[in-house]
Amino acid sequence: MFVLPEFSELSGLIASRTAADAERALQAEKLGIHDLAALLSPAADHLLEPMAARAAAITRRRFGRVIQIYAPLYLSNLCQNRCAYCGFSAGNRIKRRTLTLEEAEAEAMLLLGRGFNHVLLVTGEAPQAVGVDYLATLARRLRDRFAALTIEIQPLATAEYVRLFRAGITGVAVYQETYDRRTYREVHLAGPKTDYDYRLATPARGAEAGFREVGLGFLLGLADWRTEALSLGLHLAWLRKKFWRTGFTVSFPRLRPATGEFAPRVQVGERDLARLIFALRLYDPDVGLVLSTREEPRFRDGMLGLGPTRYSAGSCTAPGGYSEPESSGEQFAVGDHRTIDEVCRAIRERGFDPVRKDWDAIFQEEGQTA
Amino acid sequence: MKIICNGQEREVAPATTITGLIRELGLNPETVVAEHNGRVLAREEHEFILLDEGAVLELIRFVGGG
Amino acid sequence: MLTIAGKTFRSRLFGGTGKFSSPQVMKAALLASGAEMVTVALRRVDLDDPGDDIMRVLDRERFFFLPNTAGARDAGEAVRLARLARASGGGNWVKLEVTPDPRTLLPDPVGTLKATGELVKEGFVVLPYINADPILALRLQEAGAAAVMPLGAPIGTNKGLVTAFQLGIIISQAQVPVVVDAGIGAPSHAARAMEMGADAVLVNTAIAVAGDPVRMAAAFAKAVQAGREAFEAGLGAEREEAEASSPVGGLDFLR
Repeated sequence: MFVLPEFSELSGLIASRTAADAERALQAEKLGIHDLAALLSPAADHLLEPMAARAAAITRRRFGRVIQIYAPLYLSNLCQNRCAYCGFSAGNRIKRRTLTLEEAEAEAMLLLGRGFNHVLLVTGEAPQAVGVDYLATLARRLRDRFAALTIEIQPLATAEYVRLFRAGITGVAVYQETYDRRTYREVHLAGPKTDYDYRLATPARGAEAGFREVGLGFLLGLADWRTEALSLGLHLAWLRKKFWRTGFTVSFPRLRPATGEFAPRVQVGERDLARLIFALRLYDPDVGLVLSTREEPRFRDGMLGLGPTRYSAGSCTAPGGYSEPESSGEQFAVGDHRTIDEVCRAIRERGFDPVRKDWDAIFQEEGQTA
Repeated sequence: MKIICNGQEREVAPATTITGLIRELGLNPETVVAEHNGRVLAREEHEFILLDEGAVLELIRFVGGG
Repeated sequence: MLTIAGKTFRSRLFGGTGKFSSPQVMKAALLASGAEMVTVALRRVDLDDPGDDIMRVLDRERFFFLPNTAGARDAGEAVRLARLARASGGGNWVKLEVTPDPRTLLPDPVGTLKATGELVKEGFVVLPYINADPILALRLQEAGAAAVMPLGAPIGTNKGLVTAFQLGIIISQAQVPVVVDAGIGAPSHAARAMEMGADAVLVNTAIAVAGDPVRMAAAFAKAVQAGREAFEAGLGAEREEAEASSPVGGLDFLR
């Protein structure tokens, strides 16, 4: 089981890093956790440019000049959790909706028609509305048409993940939101999500179930981003050792205004986010880094080639939003409103190839075991 | 009575134990292990097993190796 | 301190007992090397020339014997040798070698994985000798191997760490100790393996056939220690000048 050191202890490690530590980490061929701490620390504030250069070189060497494209598909905004930062939070007065299987399929086909081959299925936590049966049925209907079907839903048990894997789901993303226990307690007010440890153990269950890819992340804006990133680095390294067959990705959801009017508890600027991405790229050359439409076009275009490997595009975060653009009840406000074609054009203009598939869910055999 | 020991035919007296044979060959019973008719024996068994006519015995011990 | 299957070793240099000119030279060299773990092979007693008994020369209190399955050409033979080693009072540790090609003595990955599974089931502590194949190392780890022993170069070649790049991957991924075995021909090779983060190295030929095996053993002891200390101290990286340029578009887009 993954055990994370005390958050304050990790903050202390970061604070104790010197400029010399940071310089050395920047040049190191293989970075350890102390190197990551150094690159995240204030001692590396002046190294943003060279970090970007190294991150760009490593990304180019490992991934080539390609960017993967995906779109989220919101299936339901029902949720039994009360989370201070989330638009879907149980207390919020928003229009609640769960797509029928037919509606969900129609949304997926609309995305396919727009050129998406990778769809991320998203829900709140409402297993009675969107449970394993629903997701397995939907996956079976979509698997032969999509290259990748990933999920960002409530944490499941390993056996449930195995069912979804066999049904054609290729990957799972589950964000810890914050690795700081105290903050976690303060922002998760009610519901199953209040169980920090169960959530922390979820990526391992996903990997154990056999998913090709497991996504990690934390919300930027809840607790000190440097310590969050170091915690994630430890989590990632532990997962890599234990689950060497699994690919890993990291997402960077930066808190943006949502219906609940949650003001970020800490400010995370663009330079911080950029640094976080560069540091993780240097620390783990193989990890997929995801930049969603939460961020604005200027930032997303500028970051092309500097570390991220996957972009969402044309996203709508309300259930049914692709078929009915005026749908309300969104999870967060999008920062990049461009269509997939516009995003792909921007990617090409920068000399990168937007790729829409690197696997086919159909290759995943129904009977295949983890 | 004849047995096969380490691939060679060998004449031994009836009622010879494995330990007896090892001693007879001038070897140290503490460092030799025997495989008797294809079965690896624990060293404690050596002195209780009588060799029969045609028994196939392998006597093995540690040698230098990397 | 190195720990394998719950047993700790102060020395990260493992010795071999083959190819020495005499048991006395072997003993002196092994003592000079500081090695605690030494490998031994199993052979039929040559009835026409029983010769010296290695067990007599080496103090079992001082040296921990690691019997190998040298000579086994497939999994079945290796399992048989391991059982014989255990019956000989060699303990339940075994350095698993499955080498079907007598010319190169390169290990067979398929047979090694198979034998590891069987021996682990029988309660052995298995240390498989393998080519420097990172995926095989992980598969063996899953099969219950207590350590992996990838080669630096084919055995007896003294070519050093020909497999360095692959060894680096194995070291970065393994959850069990990595002992670099075979091909280490000079103390500098051993030091490099340790600098890379190997947990231990096994040296036999390079010591046994040296002009002065006892002095060579002492040289290896120092090299292994130096390499380990360098690893723990944290090496500075070689500079990659080609990467020292700024990002193409700069970072002016950041607000």
